[in-house]
Amino acid sequence: RTRMRLRSGVFASSCLLVQALGVALFLRGFFPVPVRSVPRREARADPPAEPAPPGPGMVSNWTKIPPPLFKKVVIVLIDALRDDFVFGPKGKQFMPYTTQVVEKGTSYSFIAEAKPPTVTMPRIKALMTGSIPGFIDVVVNLNSPALLHDNLIWQAKTAGKRIIFYGDDTWVKLFPKHFVEYDGTTSFFVSDFTEVDDNVTRHLDRVLKREDWDLLILHYLGLDHIGHMTGPNSPLVGPKLREMDNILKKIHVSLLSKEEASLPNLLVVCGDHGMSETGSHGGSSEGEVHTPLLFISSAFGKRSAPPAQPEHVQQTDLASTLAIGLGLPISRNSVGHLILPVVGGKTMREQLRFVHLNGFQLSRLLQENTPAYEKDPGYEHFKIAEKSHGNWIKLYLEGNNSEILLNLGKKVLKQYLEALKTLSSSLSKQVAQYDMYSMMVGTVIIMEVLILLLLSVPKALSKQAQFEVPLSPPLFSLLFYLMCLMLCAVHVIVCTSAESLCYFCSMSWLTAVGVMMLISALMCGILSAVAKILENYRLPPKNPVASSYSWSEIDVLILAGTIGHVLSLGASSFIEEEHQTWYFLINTLCLVLCQELCRNNFLLKECDPQQCTNVKRNFDSIGESSECKSIDIPAASNSKLGKATSSSEFIKESNKWISLATPWIILICCRLLRSLNQTGVQWAHRPDFGHWLTSSEHKSELSFLAVVSLLMIFFLVQRRCSLVSKIAMALGLLGVYSYRAAIGNVTFPWQHGGKDISKGITEARFVYVFVLGIVFTGTKDLLKSQVISADSSTKSTGLWEVYSGLVLLAALLFRPHNLPVLVFCLLIQTMMTKYIWIPLKFDAAQITVMHYWFGQAFFYFQGNSNGIATVDISAGFVGLDSYVEIPAIFLTAFATYAGPFLWAIHLLCYLSSEVSR
Amino acid sequence: MREAEVRRLLAANLLCALAIVLATLGPAFFLDGFSVLGTHLTWLCVCSVCVATLNIILHLVLKPNQSPKRRSFGHKISRFLKCCIYFFMSCILFHAIIVLYGAPLIELVTETFLFAVLLSTFTTLQCLCLLGPNIQAWIRVFSKNGAMSIWESSLQITSVCSILGAWFGAFPIPLDWDRPWQVWPISCSLGATFGYMAGLIIAPLWIHWNRKQLTYKSR
Repeated sequence: RTRMRLRSGVFASSCLLVQALGVALFLRGFFPVPVRSVPRREARADPPAEPAPPGPGMVSNWTKIPPPLFKKVVIVLIDALRDDFVFGPKGKQFMPYTTQVVEKGTSYSFIAEAKPPTVTMPRIKALMTGSIPGFIDVVVNLNSPALLHDNLIWQAKTAGKRIIFYGDDTWVKLFPKHFVEYDGTTSFFVSDFTEVDDNVTRHLDRVLKREDWDLLILHYLGLDHIGHMTGPNSPLVGPKLREMDNILKKIHVSLLSKEEASLPNLLVVCGDHGMSETGSHGGSSEGEVHTPLLFISSAFGKRSAPPAQPEHVQQTDLASTLAIGLGLPISRNSVGHLILPVVGGKTMREQLRFVHLNGFQLSRLLQENTPAYEKDPGYEHFKIAEKSHGNWIKLYLEGNNSEILLNLGKKVLKQYLEALKTLSSSLSKQVAQYDMYSMMVGTVIIMEVLILLLLSVPKALSKQAQFEVPLSPPLFSLLFYLMCLMLCAVHVIVCTSAESLCYFCSMSWLTAVGVMMLISALMCGILSAVAKILENYRLPPKNPVASSYSWSEIDVLILAGTIGHVLSLGASSFIEEEHQTWYFLINTLCLVLCQELCRNNFLLKECDPQQCTNVKRNFDSIGESSECKSIDIPAASNSKLGKATSSSEFIKESNKWISLATPWIILICCRLLRSLNQTGVQWAHRPDFGHWLTSSEHKSELSFLAVVSLLMIFFLVQRRCSLVSKIAMALGLLGVYSYRAAIGNVTFPWQHGGKDISKGITEARFVYVFVLGIVFTGTKDLLKSQVISADSSTKSTGLWEVYSGLVLLAALLFRPHNLPVLVFCLLIQTMMTKYIWIPLKFDAAQITVMHYWFGQAFFYFQGNSNGIATVDISAGFVGLDSYVEIPAIFLTAFATYAGPFLWAIHLLCYLSSEVSR
Repeated sequence: MREAEVRRLLAANLLCALAIVLATLGPAFFLDGFSVLGTHLTWLCVCSVCVATLNIILHLVLKPNQSPKRRSFGHKISRFLKCCIYFFMSCILFHAIIVLYGAPLIELVTETFLFAVLLSTFTTLQCLCLLGPNIQAWIRVFSKNGAMSIWESSLQITSVCSILGAWFGAFPIPLDWDRPWQVWPISCSLGATFGYMAGLIIAPLWIHWNRKQLTYKSR
């Protein structure tokens, strides 16, 4: 029988492997490789010279990067500044100075379009690198938040510019050691509207008087906080805009007063993203995407009439424009193009030089990312424009300085602009382009495996648990070859006609043919399975009893919940708020379990006798087990007192009531956990216990909670461990607490003074030793049970030891306020096993689904969400001196998925102990 | 006999449904600015009170569970008080369950409690009318094949439909449509009401269609 079981296990695991292959292929196609040139650490190529004029003997002497156009540049970034806050009626009302500058002053105003996700960090990246951060970026850069790609700030720093930054500390993380002076404010407390901005403004007077800087960046967060809390139409927005207006006025006046004849100063006002009508951001609605972009400088011509409507530009254009303005090389990954009016005051030759530099950079980026770059219309345009630029320079150098030259220059400029626009749009398109072919192949594999698994479910649940893998029938082998041939033909056609990069096509031929054969084989397997099922249907059913299986409420709920969850993933809000789905489902599950328990307990007299005795026996068995194992403390003490006969009745009765209370206790636990960490998108800003506990004035409460949690963890885990593991566990948990105390999260009661905070490496490694020790003992037991004897109790204790080792690891990695999650996880598992699963005799499928649901819910109870921002990277540094990639990734992944993982291991423990029963 | 009883059930249920419609439309004539979404709390009160009164009246008029014995007045009073306590406890229980499902614990207590009252009106009150304060009988009715008359079948169907309606009513809350009816507890209470009304209509029809299969054990 074990061999048969093995067969079904082998089948399932091979299906899973193939599934993983399909998913990997799909993901490779889904996450396009971001448009990226070599990292900035590589040697930088020299900037291109002006295009050489045709004809011999004449060489342009402009080979260097042009000098800066502006002396000092101030960038004022106002978080969540929507376009209508400046250009709309609100701007006119609350920002009088800015409106006046926009309408009559020396300024250029634009509406910059931000690409989704409209979240601060990717937007800052876009503004400073000019590239569009892809989703894969986040995964690749998980280890270090610092921006490693070529960017404006880095270029400015390399060029010796002195940069000062005040504002959101995201910048400080993105550009560490780039600023000569900085003050980061955290955007953590969303309810703070004034402090965040005062922290920026307080430096302003002092800095504006000084002369020792070239670039000043200010990032104001208050408006974003107001938006999050009260929305764009709240009465708080007006005063905030007025405050911003006064700041802009102060900066502008100060810049004007210090201006010298040589070089003008520049003030840039921009928003990183807008806000939607509810005040949130992140999506791609018009309000979120449109931000104002103002260039204010005395170098620009005074405007006579107010502009009709600001022109639309891309947010990425700012990087190139500022690079030109500061006389820096344009960052290599920038896909933006120069905003020409900003350099409009320069001579024609300079302007042409600027757009040529920009075009050269874009076309090089295109060359590095597209194999067929020569066919790109933008590249062709650029080459033509370059040629006519050469001609223009020839005329210019010949001393021709007439009206004709100017007109010709304008024509060249137009050509360049056209080329820039096409190049930049085709580059930005590349970010959003999916590799459809790879995705399709991946999907086909996934679907085939899924259908195969579904078709074999009846067989897997039947007694034999065995599969006949149909590959041999000759009919199918013919079909198989035909399909292989056809798919290969399709592959050749697709790959030869593909325009863009395709991962699947770039694989070697042998692999591709292998994948095609796999697809055909799976297809044949499905067909033969379907044929077999049809054959079975045609035969008259032998035993009609089997069909009379009736559905219990639990079955209905499990099926409906699973299908409902899958369907809910069709709506983006349900993905953002997936935790709600899981909480809802497990709550309902608990209520249905409660109903089931009620029926079992109260309807004993009325149900048919067989079932009745069955249930009764089950309840007796809990009583017995609790007595013989002496798990329950009251049971143990009672038996010691020698009142065995009278106490067994009492225990039975009390067991009944405890089992009835179990679902409610679990419900209360879930409710508590739910308010521990608010997650998701819509209600993520709500206050929760987690924030309350982590704030510094509640350190003693947090310490107390941590102590209680660690004690509870010990009591819940130790009952099935061997003595050695028990001791190891206790010491390990002690180590966890001292680690947290060492890094300053919690305090020892006797220690009041400010002890210096260390990294706690010794303490963490101390815990790791015990984790490894416990896991090792467990594995040893497991191996022993596999090799020497078939004693399944050794196996289940072994599994439990591995499990407790992992619990210890989780306790170390979880932040202290999350320790209750672990406690409740263990508590729910214990109670469920003892009072619900064993007495009610659920089958393996039901138990598995319940474990899966609880595992998912615990993933969210930990404070995770489907957004990458909630991943706690600090877990990867526990006990490590510096960043070491492999352990850090492993630890982070474990800490993130601890909930589902622990439930999965518990499922293994439970099933193996059930088998041994 | 059977047919007549089904007809009586249908009439009673239609009256209940009508009461809800009236509770929704009626107060607009008396109260300024009344609307289901705008003044949801008022609507919750009105609807609960209407349904409760009608249910009690119907119970007194139709007497679906005629008890053979005549009971003393004191017994009746104690029974009534017991019913009141049970109703109140069921409100508290529903409130607790709703909070366990994730409703805010401290804010919006009135909303949550009135929603619990509405749910109790749709489910517990009917049980109390029909079965009296007898938990054992309730458990019997709400387990498989436990109904002993068409009234009890109808009770089963309407209660389950109201609860299911409230359950489904929670689905749209996480959606970011920003509609006025997504505010807590409007979608849930509307779901419960629709579920209840659907149950009222479905119950007689279902009984009518399944009258051959339905064989109630005699009491």
